[in-house]
Amino acid sequence: MATPSSSKFFGNPVVKWIEHRLPIFSFVDHSLGSQYPTPKNLSYWWNFGSLALAVLMVMIVSGIVLAMHFTPHVTMAFDSTERIMRDVNYGWLIRYIHMNGASFFFIVVYIHIFRGMYYGSYKAPREILWGLGVVILLLLMATAFMGYVLPWGQMSFWGATVITNLFSAIPLVGDYIVTWLWGGFAVENSTLNRFFSLHFLMPFLIVGVVVLHVWALHVHGSSNPIGIDAKGPQDKIPFHPYFTVKDAFGLTVFFIVFAAVIFFAPNVFGEPDNYIPANPLVTPEHIVPEWYFLPYYAILRAIPSKLLGVVAMFASILVLFILPWLDTSRVRSARFRPTYRWFFWIFVADCVVLGYIGAKPPEGWYLHIGRLATAWYFAHFLIVLPFLGWFERPLPLPASISEPVLKGAKATLMALAIGFGMLGFGAGPASAAGAPKPPAQKWSFDGVFGTFDAASRQRGFQVYREVCGACHALKQVYYRHLRDIGFSEDEVKAIAASVEVTDGPNDAGEMFQRPGRPSDRFKSPFANDNAARAGNNGALPVDLSLITKARPGGPDYLHALLTGYSDPPAGVKLSEGMNYNKYFPGNQIAMPQPLNADQVTYADGTKATVEQMAKDVTTFLAWAAEPELEARKRMGMKVMIFLVVLSALLFFVKRKVWSDVH
Amino acid sequence: MVNTAHSPTASHGAEGTRRDFLYLTAGAFGVVGAGATMWPFIHQMNPSADVLALSTTEVDVAPVAEGQSITVSWRGKPVFIRRRTQAEIQAARAININELPDPQADQARVKKPEWLILVGVCTHLGCVPLGQKTTDQRGEFGGWFCPCHGSHYDTSGRIRKGPAPANLPVPAYEFLSDTTVRIG
Repeated sequence: MATPSSSKFFGNPVVKWIEHRLPIFSFVDHSLGSQYPTPKNLSYWWNFGSLALAVLMVMIVSGIVLAMHFTPHVTMAFDSTERIMRDVNYGWLIRYIHMNGASFFFIVVYIHIFRGMYYGSYKAPREILWGLGVVILLLLMATAFMGYVLPWGQMSFWGATVITNLFSAIPLVGDYIVTWLWGGFAVENSTLNRFFSLHFLMPFLIVGVVVLHVWALHVHGSSNPIGIDAKGPQDKIPFHPYFTVKDAFGLTVFFIVFAAVIFFAPNVFGEPDNYIPANPLVTPEHIVPEWYFLPYYAILRAIPSKLLGVVAMFASILVLFILPWLDTSRVRSARFRPTYRWFFWIFVADCVVLGYIGAKPPEGWYLHIGRLATAWYFAHFLIVLPFLGWFERPLPLPASISEPVLKGAKATLMALAIGFGMLGFGAGPASAAGAPKPPAQKWSFDGVFGTFDAASRQRGFQVYREVCGACHALKQVYYRHLRDIGFSEDEVKAIAASVEVTDGPNDAGEMFQRPGRPSDRFKSPFANDNAARAGNNGALPVDLSLITKARPGGPDYLHALLTGYSDPPAGVKLSEGMNYNKYFPGNQIAMPQPLNADQVTYADGTKATVEQMAKDVTTFLAWAAEPELEARKRMGMKVMIFLVVLSALLFFVKRKVWSDVH
Repeated sequence: MVNTAHSPTASHGAEGTRRDFLYLTAGAFGVVGAGATMWPFIHQMNPSADVLALSTTEVDVAPVAEGQSITVSWRGKPVFIRRRTQAEIQAARAININELPDPQADQARVKKPEWLILVGVCTHLGCVPLGQKTTDQRGEFGGWFCPCHGSHYDTSGRIRKGPAPANLPVPAYEFLSDTTVRIG
């Protein structure tokens, strides 16, 4: 099957010399090259294996880079993550690649798994190949979980608490195991440290199992959409160039979607709460795992027993190991199994329902639907599949792969629809109870082309400095960052020098006060959280550095909160020292109405109405939360244009290469 | 990989040329894209904005007596501040600079003859030379001596003997007052 170009390559004297000593070129050629025969009828669903490998590489490279800047200590993990986002060169890009890469890893892997289920890829002789895949899935879940803990936000901390507590369900030794996992009596610094170490280690274990997975794949080769074995050489084509080019084309298409999220919606899969630093004393009201764990989370909560819930959750994955033996049908592909095909799609829908339920509070109808969906999940594997093999009458199989076959377009469309349905979860979890949705505002920085309104942002800084800054800190922002919003170097120096900061110790060993410098953080109005509470009737004024990322609704919420004060409606009784705000969760807020008309005097003559100041300060704080926003969108545009052109080119290359096969 | 993907039915002529052009274009695009992608992953290792911002240090030099030195930290490196004696200044100025390995006049290395301010990192391989304490070994020229590989610096911080190729560098600095120096 050697192509002329490959025989020419292997005739090269340098190649021959190396080959004689280390046959690496023929190894590659047999693994991914012209000597690896592949069924000629593989559809694009077979791209997802190579895509998963590509994402694994992207995750390892970006992860190693992040580890160069991240500090795994409870006092520094959150801040060092923000430093990556703000000060490390291209740090925001690399972190957003890594953060969203986790979600895309699961998207790709789930599609890969469902493809295997639809086409019966797990059946003999590929049971071990399938089982290794399940091992990879388990390792991937553990890695993703520990990675999510590292930025040390509220969801990190409470996710770590909940997941490690799963092990306390184990009878007798459960509590000891949990204490051992923590290295303490709660999730704390030792936990963060070991999770960082293990999060670094596990991707390399995944690489090891991937090698086994690919090795097992190469023994019998890929299965194919028809599910019958190749009858001879006419049914197969060499992997290179046919599938290298097809995989390369698929990869660029995948990168278009990946890049769209990284550059234009980087927090779409995330939870706003994770931009709040971890607080071991307060659990967020609505805690949800990342979207890719939602179905398992629903199964956990469906069962009203701690131990059995945990058992069911783990069983939902472990059952995949015995899937090859539960499915008693000898026909692989669902194309020839009319009844199984229905049950397959019902199963996919069941998983989507479980994911939806996992994002909802465990009460009322959600609980009932969750239990039904959980029951069906297991029934599918333990009842439907074993019996279906006996009752179902498969369609006649074609004689060979080369024989013209049915088209799978309908199934493809259906799968895509469901795939996008699953994507929808990231955006959807319940919003805060007891407050209306904040009305959508038009922001200068909205959309793909949006940039900050520079004048509004500067006015907003003035509002922060003269009003909000009296109580609220802005710890992640440094005075030098003000250069980015249009202040000159001298202006920044003057702004910094207007505060006194504590420095030292000096030669006498004493702390002293000095004027601020551009390299200082924004000075916090209170020395520490306790002082802030003491000065505000026990309520802590939150840090505003990430406020527009850390609240559902973002800038709209902030604007609504600032303009949402009013007298309480009849029948609402406020607690001592509280104020009524329509948009605050629970409607009772300790902060009195912060903005009043003409509270500041704008230098540019803009009238300082409450609405105007709210808009301005929100624009400023949106910048404080996402200083990279403009650079991100600019780069995103270039990357998207490049990727579209590259994938178009590769599409034509692929057509050309395949022209003699079709 | 893409641009070497010739199909078995490779033929010459217009069709083959068009095909080669397509393959080469796609390959070139891929290579350019891969190269551009590498840049952020390389540039992230350069000093970050917060590191670049810490570029000045203010030092109160009032307590330093004639003949004494102090060491302060600037950008993570030691900076030597020596209040030279008249004898040291004269020693630094009484030589023919053309005989030096790295010719530079002492006048060009100081703002006030009394105060010599240097980055205290040997230009050979980065050790910190001895000579800050009056009890230190100061080498054959009364300035500094690097114990790692035996470089001798004079009372102007110039290399006089040994493997170091250049004088101890003078950082950017400014006297804010008679007793306060801002380095950087």
